Amino acid sequence: MDFFSSLQELHAGLLKREATASELADLSLQRIASLDDRVHAFLHVSADCVAAAKETETVIGQERILDGIPYALKDNMCTRGIETTCASHILKGYIPPYSATVAERLNDAGAVLMGKLNMDEFAMGSSTENSGFFPTRNPWNLERVPGGSSGGAAAAVAAGMVPFALGSDTGGSIRQPAAFCGVVGLKPSYGLVSRFGLVAFASSLDQIGPLTHTVEDAAIVLQAIAGKDERDSTSANIQAPDYRAALTGDVRGLRIGIASEYFGPSVEIGVRNAVTKAIALLEQLGATVSPISLPHTEYALSAYYLIAPAEASSNLARYDGVRYGVRAVDAGNLLDMYEKTRSTGFGSEVKRRILIGTYALSSGYYDDYYKRAQQVRTLIRQDFLDAFESVDVIVSPTAPTTAFRLGEKVHDPLTMYLSDICTIPVNLAGLPAISVPCGVIDGLPVGLQMIGRMFDEQTLLRVAHAYEQAAGMAPLRPALAMGVKA
Amino acid sequence: MTALETVIGLEVHVELGTKTKIFCSCAVEFGAPPNSHVCPVCLGSPGALPVLNEQALALGIRAALALNCSVPAQSKFDRKNYFYPDSPKAYQISQYDEPIGQHGFIEIAVGGEKKRIGITRVHLEEDAGKLNHSPYGDVSFVDLNRVGIPLIEIVSEPDIRSAEEARLYLEEIRSIMQYCLVSECRMEEGSLRCDANISLRPVGQREFGTKTEIKNMNSFRNVQRGLEYEQERQTGILARGENIAQQTLRWDEATGTTLVMRSKEDAHDYRYFPDPDLPRIVLSAAYIDARRDEIPELPAQMRERFEREYGLPAYDAGVLTASRGLAEYFDQTAQRVRDPKSASNWIMGELLAYLKAAMLEIDEIHVTPFALADLIRLIEDGTISAKIAKTLLKDMLDSGKDAKTLIAEQGLIQISDEGELRAIALRVLAANPKTVDDYRAGKEKALGSLVGQMMKETRGKANPQIVNRVILELIAGGE
Ligand SMILES: [Zn+2]
Repeated sequence: MDFFSSLQELHAGLLKREATASELADLSLQRIASLDDRVHAFLHVSADCVAAAKETETVIGQERILDGIPYALKDNMCTRGIETTCASHILKGYIPPYSATVAERLNDAGAVLMGKLNMDEFAMGSSTENSGFFPTRNPWNLERVPGGSSGGAAAAVAAGMVPFALGSDTGGSIRQPAAFCGVVGLKPSYGLVSRFGLVAFASSLDQIGPLTHTVEDAAIVLQAIAGKDERDSTSANIQAPDYRAALTGDVRGLRIGIASEYFGPSVEIGVRNAVTKAIALLEQLGATVSPISLPHTEYALSAYYLIAPAEASSNLARYDGVRYGVRAVDAGNLLDMYEKTRSTGFGSEVKRRILIGTYALSSGYYDDYYKRAQQVRTLIRQDFLDAFESVDVIVSPTAPTTAFRLGEKVHDPLTMYLSDICTIPVNLAGLPAISVPCGVIDGLPVGLQMIGRMFDEQTLLRVAHAYEQAAGMAPLRPALAMGVKA
Repeated sequence: MTALETVIGLEVHVELGTKTKIFCSCAVEFGAPPNSHVCPVCLGSPGALPVLNEQALALGIRAALALNCSVPAQSKFDRKNYFYPDSPKAYQISQYDEPIGQHGFIEIAVGGEKKRIGITRVHLEEDAGKLNHSPYGDVSFVDLNRVGIPLIEIVSEPDIRSAEEARLYLEEIRSIMQYCLVSECRMEEGSLRCDANISLRPVGQREFGTKTEIKNMNSFRNVQRGLEYEQERQTGILARGENIAQQTLRWDEATGTTLVMRSKEDAHDYRYFPDPDLPRIVLSAAYIDARRDEIPELPAQMRERFEREYGLPAYDAGVLTASRGLAEYFDQTAQRVRDPKSASNWIMGELLAYLKAAMLEIDEIHVTPFALADLIRLIEDGTISAKIAKTLLKDMLDSGKDAKTLIAEQGLIQISDEGELRAIALRVLAANPKTVDDYRAGKEKALGSLVGQMMKETRGKANPQIVNRVILELIAGGE
């Protein structure tokens, strides 16, 4: 057993007493100890995880797959009593008084929290280089980024430090790092998973989802975290269906849409080929493929980079040094305290977005920027509605490239923003989407994105699962992870 | 110089009388120890999210309807962004362009004439915290108990023309909110707050003059004083041919003047935008109707009815409708007596004096409207004198016993039997021949002395009208 085994296999092993939950927690700690000095996925490893694992050992039962299973959380999900920083200096030392709903639900399901994962500061970025503390490296190639902003989550799962992790996705922040690190990343429909306790970046776009090795694992974790939460007014009043039951392997008659807008010139040839091959495989399995159009895609990036920063400028205003986190010590008056605290506490990408957002909401500019962006958002949503009249799932690359080098795009934010071009429209429309590995080029994984109808995670997971089974690639193991004895 | 007209608009904040805050389940309690009613939501802890308190929405809608506003089927919450330590999220959840109520009005009585004051809008929002500046040094303490207490802001049209009208408008708003059980509206506790915009313009001119905004007028008296002061200040400036500066001012009660808080250049850009954490408010017609049904008869309607139905003078109707409790008390009493004006007199006189002295509310006393009506009827049918009734009412208020029980206990039934009174009168006249002579000699006062003797003999129970008549008859007959 290791953390490339499926959750079902780990669960069976626990039931058969081949290992105990505390042994799994120990195994996770060993993997972290031997790998994370190179990968840097974790910001914080939980001190009492083995003790917590021990507690689950008495209750492990047939129906409780996650009992005793180690996992980790992106560090923008609040954990009671455990430091939660969003990888920002401004929240250094912040210990939340409560846990996020997802953390509570996983805890109730018996999963064992190993620690908190690195990310781009406040989830703003596509490479995890914007972490206020240190960058995370791609387990497939330590010179490459793991993607972002859930780079720590993707890298920790890819390197087999934990069997699954939760990330958050505002414009691709689960799917793009999943693609870069060769794991499965699911962004559920907006409102399916509670945001209570998720430190907000852009509230109307943020959604929590799992990063796993297989589609079935993603379904299992989604099952545990999905469903109405009274503490989140945007959480949908939906009874989560049985997601695993949807994984029939059968995609005969399923209609797949291919949008030319997602295969533009920025998509590398290797990525294009891998995705084309994947589509051909789905056709072989009995799906039909037809071209569709999402005509407003070209405006998505601009709309996103107004709406997300606008919401962020307001969401991040509370980090003022008054109540929690870090306060500048040498301030002479209130305004000085605000300025010094925020100038030193936030990194440059966060500041850039706060400034953009503040500008977009300013009197005299609101109509031209924020309001116009919302109108574009409506058009993009309509594009998808129109497309889903004739298809069941839309397939595209997750990212136009494979993992790029550290430092390669860090001084060129516009190019960096382009790496989210295939994922951003999905958040604007609130739809569910998943990235599954569809090949490895030059030692780097490629991700295949599938987009589903609102709250139709079942169809989405069914297609992803059928593809994954037929492709026979999962789970992908980077060389780094193979060299480690556990 | 041409005559100037004063133009005033008021922004009134009313705390809604909910048990818990508007977006979390923290209790609403005035005067609790600092930061004792807070949670991650109202503290603005990272990751915490607001959930609308349905009771706050219901009270807000009820208030809007009571102010004759139209309530649209949809409205939404917006964020008003500003940095200040009293605002833990650095934004206030409020309503910007789609409030829960708009285009309303109320009526006030100005010099006996009815005047309609338009209400531009009513919107829901959350209250901010309080800063306490330390007397010991260069620090401030933040108390966030008040953060998240539900408020409505009621914005009037610039229809108010004097400081007195402003006070009348504010009193009427308070009265309506109290009648609807929307808020207790205690200005001294801050559950009713008032900011004012005031400007002057030559009579007949359509355009408004430059306005100033006055804050911190924390009593009805201060609202009137503050506006009177500002009206005079602006008049003076214009008389000197100078211009009014657009400013936000603070009323300083101690000096009786307004002080500059900030000028127009410092005006905030609040960067309002729809709060993505809260779904749009969607109201069914049935929901709005149900809120409308919760609105009782309002003070203005009640005043009118008291004048019409009970023939009360406007003054009485005004005093008796000052609170819903008092108005209902009078209403129930008046329905059970022959002369409603006597009910009014008893309540406005004896009862209000007692309430004031005992610092009680009308619903806290022993004497029910039924008991008071019984007492008044005993006077009306001559069973007791008004004088005895006064004593009785005091006993009733103290003991909680009804009038009939007390009368029986104390043997207080009025003597109206003419034969009995005649016999007593004969004794009194015989014992006071000099007083009788005095009266005959033209000293009117002597009669009073004789009546007093009669009352003494009967321990106050003699019917005064009959006593008067009998004495006069006996004196006249003896001539
Ligand atoms: Zn609270």
